[in-house]
Amino acid sequence: MVPPGAATNGRPLATRASELVRFATAGSVDDGKSTLIGRLLFDTKSIFEDQLEHVERTSEQRGDGYVNLALLTDGLRAEREQGITIDVAYRYFHTPRRKFIIADTPGHEQYTRNMVTGASTADLALILIDARKGVVEQSRRHSFIASLLRIPHLVVCVNKMDLVDWDQEVFESISSEFAGWAAKLDIQDVTFIPISALHGDNVVERSERMAWYEGPSLLYHLEHVHVASDRNLQDARFPVQWVVRPMNDEHHDYRGYAGEVASGVFRVGDEVIVLPSGIESRIAGIDTYDGPQDEAFPPQSVTLRLEDDVDVSRGDMICRPQNRPVEAREVEAMVCWMAERPLEASGRFRIKHTTRTVLAKADELRYRIDVNTLHRDEAAAGLGLNEIGRLRLRLSSPLFVDEYRRNRATGSFILIDESTNDTVGAGMVL
Amino acid sequence: MTVTASPRILRRDEMSYEIPHLRALESEAIHVIREVAAELERGVVLFSGGKDSAVLLHLARKAFWPGALPFPVMHVDTGHNFPEVIAYRDQMIAEVGARLIVASVQDSIDNGRVTDETGPRASRNRLQSVTLLDAIEEHGFKAAFGGARRDEERARAKERILSFRDDFGQWDPKGQRPELWNLYNGFVKRGEHVRVFPLSNWTELDVWQYINEEKIALPSIYFAHEREVFSRDGMLYATSDFIELLPKEKPFQESVRFRTVGDMSCTGAVRSKASTLEEVVAEIAATRITERGETRADDRISEAAMEDRKKEGYF
Repeated sequence: MVPPGAATNGRPLATRASELVRFATAGSVDDGKSTLIGRLLFDTKSIFEDQLEHVERTSEQRGDGYVNLALLTDGLRAEREQGITIDVAYRYFHTPRRKFIIADTPGHEQYTRNMVTGASTADLALILIDARKGVVEQSRRHSFIASLLRIPHLVVCVNKMDLVDWDQEVFESISSEFAGWAAKLDIQDVTFIPISALHGDNVVERSERMAWYEGPSLLYHLEHVHVASDRNLQDARFPVQWVVRPMNDEHHDYRGYAGEVASGVFRVGDEVIVLPSGIESRIAGIDTYDGPQDEAFPPQSVTLRLEDDVDVSRGDMICRPQNRPVEAREVEAMVCWMAERPLEASGRFRIKHTTRTVLAKADELRYRIDVNTLHRDEAAAGLGLNEIGRLRLRLSSPLFVDEYRRNRATGSFILIDESTNDTVGAGMVL
Repeated sequence: MTVTASPRILRRDEMSYEIPHLRALESEAIHVIREVAAELERGVVLFSGGKDSAVLLHLARKAFWPGALPFPVMHVDTGHNFPEVIAYRDQMIAEVGARLIVASVQDSIDNGRVTDETGPRASRNRLQSVTLLDAIEEHGFKAAFGGARRDEERARAKERILSFRDDFGQWDPKGQRPELWNLYNGFVKRGEHVRVFPLSNWTELDVWQYINEEKIALPSIYFAHEREVFSRDGMLYATSDFIELLPKEKPFQESVRFRTVGDMSCTGAVRSKASTLEEVVAEIAATRITERGETRADDRISEAAMEDRKKEGYF
């Protein structure tokens, strides 16, 4: 056992089960994002000695003149050589209450594609605003993407408060300007925190230099923001991944449907319907390797058994008879384009939605949206790399969809180029 | 220690349907494994006998239970193994009932595909990439599951869960497919394949806590034991037939355990008295040095050692 007070690298051994929280950060080099992440990792003692030594040594070799914490996340040779962040980097830290996954997305190069990627799984988005500059184009862009991807919680850190003399007026004015913009975006929860990432004020501990601020520190907020209720627990949706048919001596007649609960709660005895066949049955059992469960909820991976011997295969959707997704042969969606070659009307793709992949044709581009101004360009002929627009797609066979705003798991899809196999688009069903 | 499927009712908070983080990570990994099994023909689990591959194999069993593992297990054998690890490998394979494929670096050397390094610092670590890619091609594997984690190393932190490899087995870090939600793109053409990393979002501590919760069996070298070692470049190495001592290197007895399992020629030991799983977890939680920094010589070659090896087709 570790004696009390011994170095546990600041990571106290978990005394209770901790919850997993994913958050996305967005920003560029000069707004202090890397410093903030470095500070969070450093102050929760998630940076190891050899990593820190490495960063110190490399900073010195490069002549940075300071310990460049961005080197912790910039993992690729090209990134270090060019001093830029190319791709989403994932970082991990934990406190006794929670384990955090940070999707750190670059602010400039390929920004939209990367932020959309990082945002797709995030429970929370962290946006930095330089207190000296206020709300800039980039802040608006990032918050638009956060709202488009329906990240439930937004935290706006007004950074570099040390450079504006810890002035409450500055903080209030930036917060109210941002709140005005956010009101147009249908963001449910925004929290503003005045910080100095460089000096650590309000990052882990509450700052004594901003006594006027009565809210929590950033870390406290991250540890306590309620994320469990963000999941959709109303609409039972179970996309079938894999049919379990062992056909061995012990489990000769076993037939189960393995998958991850997308939303809602499934209980033994529930009446269910299988789509597209429309056959109804009841849940006979919910199995896992660790034994049976009486119910299953997101994001649990389980295996459902049904009372009747019905035909169910991969790509089918199990739900409740009175609460079904839409059986769609056409979808209207916001699509973020992620390929060099632009999207053109009548383009053909594979579309992957839950565990079902069908063919899709781009029918009509309704408009392209300017992510900085929200202006809709209805005359746009296509979508270029990193552009977002509203698209109507025709499908070769039906998908079982919900609105993305109601259900992230059954409202999202990716588009895959038929010839290159690249993932070229990400879509959110309207 | 053996793996048993004992019935367990998952605990949860009645009011909020909260799920502990290890169970969320477990569920994500199982989802990934099932997706790939369903969408790609001919998968294979890469198994080194290390703790991460032990967890990977455990999760793969869970994913298909009560069905059997729908793919074989492959060990890329450098010939420079810890004997304890080979014993463990054979025991696990027998227990799981999987088919074992051994891809041998020695065979690659004998066939002239690679040239063995010589001298006191010789290692077969890098040679493994050729053996691995040859085996993937020979068996026509479309998906190779590995136990790599993003917290291990800077280049890995940038890698996708489904990581595309071209016809030459190469990883192109700047041209990776975007990966969104839990929608994975496993489409590949003839000659191409994907590496699949279901443990991407796990940290070393997560792995150890999970091993502890699930009572997953591990090779004995992960626990403290008396061993003849010698010191080189600030690391302790086990003496063996596979490693030549330099004139000033003198072997001595020490109580050690291994924090990673690789080739004997490049895997260092740490001084430790931790002989039980609980003690090891406590030591891991208290450590201030990363596992690769403390015990892997293969990452010390250059700033981008891992990135370079990965581009060549390494794990």
